[in-house]
Amino acid sequence: MSKHEQDLQKVVDQAIAQQKVPHVKFKKIDPESVDLARLTSQSKETRQERWGKGLTFLAIVVIAILIVAIIGFVGVHGLATFVNNKVNIFHFLFTSSWNPSAGKDHVGAAAMLVTSFAVTLLAALLATPFAIAIALFMTEYESGKQTRLLQSVMELLVGIPSVVYGFLGLTVIVPVIRTIFGGTGFGILAATLILFIMVLPTITSLTVDAFKVVPKDLRQSSAALGATRWQTIYHVVLRAARPRILTAIIFGMARAFGEALAVQMVIGNAVLMPYNLVSPAATLTSQLTSQMGNTVMGTLPNNALWSLALLLLIMSLVFNFLVRLIGKKR
Amino acid sequence: MHKLKLGKSLILFLALPLFLVGCSKDHTKITIVGSSALQPLIEQAGNDYHLVHLDSNIIVQGGGSGTGLSQVQAGAVQVGTSDVFADTQKGIDANKLHDFQVAVVGIVPIVNKNVGVSNLSPKQLMAIFTGKITNWRQVGGKNLHVIVINRSRGSGTRTTFESLILKGKEAVNSQEQDSNGTVKKIVSTTPGTISYISFPYANDPNIQKLSVDHVQPTNRNIPTNKWPLWSYEHMYTKGKPDKETSAFITYILSKKVQRELVPKIGYLSINEMKVTRDSHNRIAKVGGAYE
Repeated sequence: MSKHEQDLQKVVDQAIAQQKVPHVKFKKIDPESVDLARLTSQSKETRQERWGKGLTFLAIVVIAILIVAIIGFVGVHGLATFVNNKVNIFHFLFTSSWNPSAGKDHVGAAAMLVTSFAVTLLAALLATPFAIAIALFMTEYESGKQTRLLQSVMELLVGIPSVVYGFLGLTVIVPVIRTIFGGTGFGILAATLILFIMVLPTITSLTVDAFKVVPKDLRQSSAALGATRWQTIYHVVLRAARPRILTAIIFGMARAFGEALAVQMVIGNAVLMPYNLVSPAATLTSQLTSQMGNTVMGTLPNNALWSLALLLLIMSLVFNFLVRLIGKKR
Repeated sequence: MHKLKLGKSLILFLALPLFLVGCSKDHTKITIVGSSALQPLIEQAGNDYHLVHLDSNIIVQGGGSGTGLSQVQAGAVQVGTSDVFADTQKGIDANKLHDFQVAVVGIVPIVNKNVGVSNLSPKQLMAIFTGKITNWRQVGGKNLHVIVINRSRGSGTRTTFESLILKGKEAVNSQEQDSNGTVKKIVSTTPGTISYISFPYANDPNIQKLSVDHVQPTNRNIPTNKWPLWSYEHMYTKGKPDKETSAFITYILSKKVQRELVPKIGYLSINEMKVTRDSHNRIAKVGGAYE
């Protein structure tokens, strides 16, 4: 018997000798029923714990490797345009002639960048007032039936696949825009309207959360000072929730910026610097999805598309960074 | 106990994809990737082939002609399908690839019904697609702005159309759509639009097909090159195909497929062609020399 087990035996013996609790009847443990081997070996729970820890750790490692691999892969391919094909990075960012198969003088992504930002900003601008209004209605004015109904409507909107939005845009929004403004109806306006519906639930649900975490006593104090409900909302709730609302908007913008399919179906896919909202344009994502299959790996047209992908990746990292920054300031 | 089960099932779940991948590593697997135009034909033929050759395992994927060519060149797949000749694609070493032309498909210019034009000359087509003609009045149609809908850059149909009609000239920068279906839908609903689609999609009363130099766009006019807008559907293998791949390509070229399936999809059998065309668009009689 090892020293450790001897100690344990001592403790067990002591405990058995001392087991007296007045007024309580219970089955006494006799020395034979104590299984020292069981006590000194690992319990099932410990093993479960180890298993759990191991699995969790494994999952984290896999995800980490995946993320590093994705960033590395997109980075290497995206930088090939500048390293192997010797395209000037400023030329890439600030000119708008896009026809990579014609040579490195025609690798300018400015038109797509401008369009991507335009649809993203416009969609966020359009959706935010609606989102705040709906969120206020759900948290400040109504609770119960209507809120639950709105909640499920928002969830439904999130669940609809983007190809359905794109198809709706193609069959409803584009013809309407064509009738009102002329032209083909394809362009930034159509894409904005589609993205508006797509980002609305994202911004709304995060804004609802923002209002929900505003402490009740703030509202009560405001009411106690004699403020009306609207005054309370405007001066207290909105102000207290501002950082979180900003976060909500940025999440919405990230979604809009990365949306590919629905936008591709309604934007017209012409790589032209957009000069108005109803002229055909192209976003980074719409070019990526419509071109990738037509290019040969390792050639300039293919590398140029990877550069667009790298731009997208950097932008989504920027959005993430912004969210963090706002979160810290809170 | 419950937790342990969860852990084990999680491991099983994580291992499942590996297991499935392991299973499909059959030695008779043929992966065919590329042209979305050829996809329906190969898929159907693959299914029929499987009914006779039960141990065959043919996987068909789209992805575009460029993907097909680069994947087959990299040796990642057995067959890369393409609407264009491999030697017209930069970055592809056509000498290392083996070309099987399995079908022919026509391409037809289409316009919206209200433009008032049903026939154009190749010169007029060129002027429209290079942006020199901007109003339908200039070609005898209505006073209506021309809206060009192009196909995605580098798509097989666009490459063929541009090499035959634009003859190296740069197309006007305009809207691009990457599927026949979307193009058809846009042209049928938008006044003043012009585009081009492949024959199997063109039988639609809502769009106006154009004749070129008064030649009707029909499959009858293709074999003699009277209707010049057509392209081969290629199946490329890296070097000589292995036994299984070779057997499947032979099946595609067999009378059964060429006589029944190919016309059913709307393509033209390769056996019907009375002329051949090479990658520089030189035309020759079958068996004869290029002009």
